[in-house]
This record gives sequence, C-alpha cells and structure tokens, in this order.
Amino acid sequence: MTSKPPLAPPSALLAELTYRCPLSCPYCSNPLAMGGRETEMSTESWQDIFTQAAELGVLHVHLSGGEPASRRDLRELVAHCARLGLYTNLITSGVGLTRASLGELAVAGLDHVQLSIQDTVAKSADWIGGYDGGFAKKMEVAGWIAEEGLPLTVNAVIHRANVERAADMVDFAVRLGARRIEIAHTQYYGWALLNRSHLMPTRAQSEKAYAEVEARRERYKGQIVIDHVAPDYHAKYPKACMSGWGRLSMNVTPQGKVLPCHAAETIPGLEFWSARERRLADIWADSPGFNAFRGSDWMQEPCRSCERREIDFGGCRCQALALVGDAAACDPICVKSPRHGLIAEIAARDSAEKNEGFIPRRIERAREKSGV
Amino acid sequence: MTSEQISEGSRPHLLRGVKLKNDQVRKTWVLLAPERYLRLNAVSVDILQHCDGVAAFSSIVDDLAKKYGADRALIERDVRGLLVNLLEKRMLGL
Repeated sequence: MTSKPPLAPPSALLAELTYRCPLSCPYCSNPLAMGGRETEMSTESWQDIFTQAAELGVLHVHLSGGEPASRRDLRELVAHCARLGLYTNLITSGVGLTRASLGELAVAGLDHVQLSIQDTVAKSADWIGGYDGGFAKKMEVAGWIAEEGLPLTVNAVIHRANVERAADMVDFAVRLGARRIEIAHTQYYGWALLNRSHLMPTRAQSEKAYAEVEARRERYKGQIVIDHVAPDYHAKYPKACMSGWGRLSMNVTPQGKVLPCHAAETIPGLEFWSARERRLADIWADSPGFNAFRGSDWMQEPCRSCERREIDFGGCRCQALALVGDAAACDPICVKSPRHGLIAEIAARDSAEKNEGFIPRRIERAREKSGV
Repeated sequence: MTSEQISEGSRPHLLRGVKLKNDQVRKTWVLLAPERYLRLNAVSVDILQHCDGVAAFSSIVDDLAKKYGADRALIERDVRGLLVNLLEKRMLGL
C-alpha cells in the first residue's frame, strides 16, 4: 500500500431525513428501493449525528429527503444544528410547508432555502411533479421565503419536457428574488436512469439550452449566481462527481447508512457503515465503502496516467458501473474512455423515444417491485 | 454590479445567510454562504469584521490603513477588490 495524504474533514453532510415526498418527480435521485416512515431514524439519532458532524468539521448541513417538511421534528433539528454553529440549508419542494412552519424554521435559525421548481409553466410543472397545485404552492412558499428575508436558491432539473425553458428558469428565479439558481441537466441515476428514455433531450436541445443559460451569467452578474450542471451525455469530459469520492461530503440516509453519494449503494460489493452502529468520524476515516475510491490507487487506464486525474477524479463511479459494468473503470462520459461511443448511441436512441410518459417515483412502487 | 457601485458612503454588510466562522477543526476563518464556503486570510477577516452595515466604506479604509500603517490607496484597492468579489457572489449588501 502506498502512503496516502492525511484525510481532510468533510465540509458537508446531506441529511436525507425521509424518503416520504408528496411529489413524484421521475428524475428523483433517491434509490428505487426506499424505506418508509417506520424505518426512519428518531429525532435524537439525527441530533446525535449532527453533533458528531460538527465535531468532525462539517460546515454545511443540507436537510433533504424526500421532502424534509414531511418530518414533524424539522424545527427541532434545525434548532439543534443552529446551536452547534452548523449552516443549515433546507432542500424542499415547498409542499408541506406552511406560513407558520416556515416562520418557526427561520426563528430556529435556518440559514437558507433551496426551493425546487419543475418548470416555469404551471400545468407542465404539476405534470412533471405528479402533484396538482404544486406550482401554485411553490409560488406561495417563495413569497413567504422573501417575507422572512431568508436567502433563496431555486433548483431546476432540466430534461426533455422543460429543456426549451431552461433559460426561462433563470429569468423566473430572478423574479422570485433568488440569489442563486441551480440549473441541473438531469444526471441519470436512480429514478432518472429508470426513466432515461423519457427524459433525454436531443443533443441540439441540450446545447441550445446550455448556451442560453450561460448567456444569462453576464446579464445577471451581481443579481443572481448561476450554478450550471452540464448535460453529462452530451459532454466531452465527465463531471468531478461529488468533487471526488469521499473527499468533501457524506450522505446519511433516512435509515442512518452513511454514503459518499446518493447512488453509492448501487455498486455491489461495497461495505457501507451505519451511523446507528458507529461513530461518524470512524465511518469517514475507515468505512471500506468510503475508502474504495479515494486517492488514485484504484484507477485503471486511461485515468491512472491522465492529466485530468486530479480535476475530475475519473468521473463518476456509479455511472461507470451502470454503463460499462465496472465501478473502477473510466466514466464513459469521458472522450478518453474506450467505451465513450456508447454514450452517443444511448443519448441518440433515448432522445428519439416517442413515449412521453414516465414511471413516477413512489415508495409503494419500489416495495411492489422488491416484493416487500 | 461593479466596483463603481461602492462609494465612499456605502455601508457594506454580509447578507443574511452569509456568516463568518472561526473554524476550530481547520484552524482557519471561513465565510459560510449558501452551498459554499470560502477560506479567508487574516486581512480578509479583518476587512469583513469591519463590514457591519454601520461603518462607511471610507472609514473602513481609514481604519485599516491606520492599523496596518500602509498606504491608503493600496488598502482601498484591497478592500474594494474583496467587496466587489463578494458582491458578484451575492454575499454582500451595500
């Protein structure tokens, strides 16, 4: 074994408080098999995890799900994080929040809200999220966030059904008073991978949308910050997934499993540990799953000798597994991958699919499928 | 927003959701903001600790020039540089 540099502490913890969600977005990053309410961790367990996280060096806690507002103890969890000096970010669909509950979260010390929108057109947005009246509710919540003076980020996932309005999303977010917007072209994991043939835009659509969003940067400089996640399947180089496996952040599932990313459990043979059984610091340092793809010893060619090795870390491990069957392979999104040709084939085939329906994300469906 | 928007009378302050933190684990000051953080050097910390929404830009520069015994124009350039950077990141108000 070669010597490794000392391990830096994680700066972010994504707390998936629950898989319950009133929406059923077909690109959800949650796993296909999801545990229900009865499997979720208690308030005390989460508070203990946040206490350990602060000691370990975590700066940001992202309260997510599912829909985190489905948890009745959300205010207590925010208050606990605030007492520890952790920066709290609520990642929400808005559905499930009330004027009163948002006010209580602000008083409890909530630092920031990230509100998702499915589209700029109500009818389409509600169809994508599978929730009638969802768009109107979100607009109401955005108004409350402004009234509270909380900083707002709008999050929009781009796919075939809204790709023509990717740049409109930026204009829309400016009108809502957002300081930031995340325009994320769909990343194909979990439900999005299952629905890929219903979500994939054409290359021409992706490129037009990407350019239009980029052009907004200069126009809105100083007004809104644009974080733009490129369309993977139409890219030349892979994304630096999670800024490197086990480098900066950790995900904790509603059941307490600690993972390097949303999709890590799709990789067979990796051992992940639970915060219900072990200390977070030990998991971060010693969990076999976290250590599997740290550094560069695990890399194969062309990654091992690549000059971009420390830039994109070989891309995404879950994507390498899903598309070429080997989690240690070069992410085939990369033009240097011997399997790169596969990506254009998939993208062309899936974007030509005529069926506009998709499989909505549901906990029940996952149970039916797994026979539980 | 550009540097022209910062006038002598501007009263810079960190926007809500943007916080200075003395990080005991990393042994450094950081600026926490939505979905990101910046590591700060000692001079940046000093500048931002002056940005309380009360002190005017000109008096912040005066204070720091005096404290560091440095050329005022040089200090003004540094302070303006940091503030413009944070304005563009939507972390600062005037």
